[in-house]
Amino acid sequence: MEPVFLTFIFVLTIFLGFELISKVPSTLHTPLMSGSNAISGITLIGSLTSLRTDNMTLAIILGTLAVTFATINVVGGYAVTNRMLAMFKKKDDGGAK
Amino acid sequence: MNITTLLINFAYIVSAGLFIFGLKMLSHPSTARRGNMLSALGMLLAIVVTLFYSGLDYKWIVVGVVIGTVIGLVAAYKVQMTSMPEMVALFNGFGGIASLLLAWSEYHQHPELSVFIALVTVLTAFVGGITFSGSMVAFGKLAEIMPSKAIVFSGQHIVNGAILLAALVSGVLFAVNPETSYAIFMVIVVVALLFGVTSVIPIGGADMPVVISLLNSYSGLAACAAGFVISNNILIVAGALVGASGIILTNIMCKAMNRSLANVLFSGFGSVVQATGSGEQQGEVRPATAEDVYYILEAADSVAIVPGYGLAVAQAQHVTRELGELLEANDTEVSYAIHPVAGRMPGHMNVLLAEANVSYDQLVEMDDINPRMDTIDVCIVIGANDVVNPAALNDESSPIYGMPIIETHQAKTVIVLKRSMNPGFAGIQNALFFNPNTRMYFGDAKASIQALVAEFKSD
Repeated sequence: MEPVFLTFIFVLTIFLGFELISKVPSTLHTPLMSGSNAISGITLIGSLTSLRTDNMTLAIILGTLAVTFATINVVGGYAVTNRMLAMFKKKDDGGAK
Repeated sequence: MNITTLLINFAYIVSAGLFIFGLKMLSHPSTARRGNMLSALGMLLAIVVTLFYSGLDYKWIVVGVVIGTVIGLVAAYKVQMTSMPEMVALFNGFGGIASLLLAWSEYHQHPELSVFIALVTVLTAFVGGITFSGSMVAFGKLAEIMPSKAIVFSGQHIVNGAILLAALVSGVLFAVNPETSYAIFMVIVVVALLFGVTSVIPIGGADMPVVISLLNSYSGLAACAAGFVISNNILIVAGALVGASGIILTNIMCKAMNRSLANVLFSGFGSVVQATGSGEQQGEVRPATAEDVYYILEAADSVAIVPGYGLAVAQAQHVTRELGELLEANDTEVSYAIHPVAGRMPGHMNVLLAEANVSYDQLVEMDDINPRMDTIDVCIVIGANDVVNPAALNDESSPIYGMPIIETHQAKTVIVLKRSMNPGFAGIQNALFFNPNTRMYFGDAKASIQALVAEFKSD
């Protein structure tokens, strides 16, 4: 039954994603891409759990590489999105940066 | 399920909620930054609770996380805003390779998979591999390490078809008997990496917004498939959100070019020299000097600036904003009209103008500006070409016929900043340049605008 439950979640989330994303204005499409890109680094969670103490050498190498790449994706993605969004200002906000 | 696992999984639900709220807050520039923070908080929560699983090898986790954090932060803070498309492509590829490595590692540790798990493992490795090598090619094209034009060779479709078929057959063979199919798994990984390359090289520079959106979607779907492999809901939810986001963006980009996804992916658009449309629409070009342009702008009540990829190449966003401010000081209404596919990624122009401190309420979408284009005195086209080509509206023989454009030719006067009369990406001559109400202002965009700014200041 588990594959069914997981697929159920998958399908509902796709619909939710369509609803959410179609409301994002085109002005914010680049931050949306880099921000959602950071979310796709969620694979980091899986990579962390794959690094177990009873691992063989190859699994350690694969796991460590996976954690490294996914961390770059997560940290870099959020940081660059934050940097971009900080630039979106309205004139009367008076922010001087 | 013990109590720790239960609590961890409850925390994942909170994380998923934070991702969803974060994306929801991206619907307005004023809340977007907090939205991104919420999303990052969700990620942090998910990471921290995951560390409570028993039996994790913390030594290697720390190594990976530290290296990744340093590289990620340095890259994120060093990158120039004009290079944002490359950056996104690169990060995207890293997400893809991480999913591939995760699938490989899981398979390596537990080769005895059920058919379902075997299928999703193969899928994760395949999509992750395509995302990685495809993103690397996209990165190379955007960073101009490799030629950005479409690279096509004869029989390309046959090669791609053969690769896909090979992947499908190996996938099935693998799923039937995963325990003894290590070699097949490796074949699939190699095939995926190859396919990423062969499917992105035939796509030309100006089609990059579509490809980046699509690869973005793939990276989400790879993470999602990885979630099926390890039966983890948070991977499925987050991956599916990203997958949906990428698909929507891809669709918007395709619509903005009036082309189907299949056409973008398989046609090698722009690689063929277009014979139609060029040569027949010749007429007189009316060049203008900085002084001429200055007098036109000085007398205008409303000005719309239409930026394109040329603005990014010339790094002209800051001088453009300066010109905009001088015009406003002169009681001219200034807006920036942005075509959805202007630049090399969705929203590329918006980010550049935001970097230059242009207020986001001055950034106008194509559909909002077109109905009132005839009330605009002057349109300044900076480094854009095909997105303002009226042939898209009235020349059925034109390859870009049907593509929605910013209808600058409806404005009272159009000033086109351009290096030379070379045609744009699509290789088609632009009738706009020969219109009686168009003045061509030749030169490097940045230098040209600086000359205009100097004219305004000397006044």
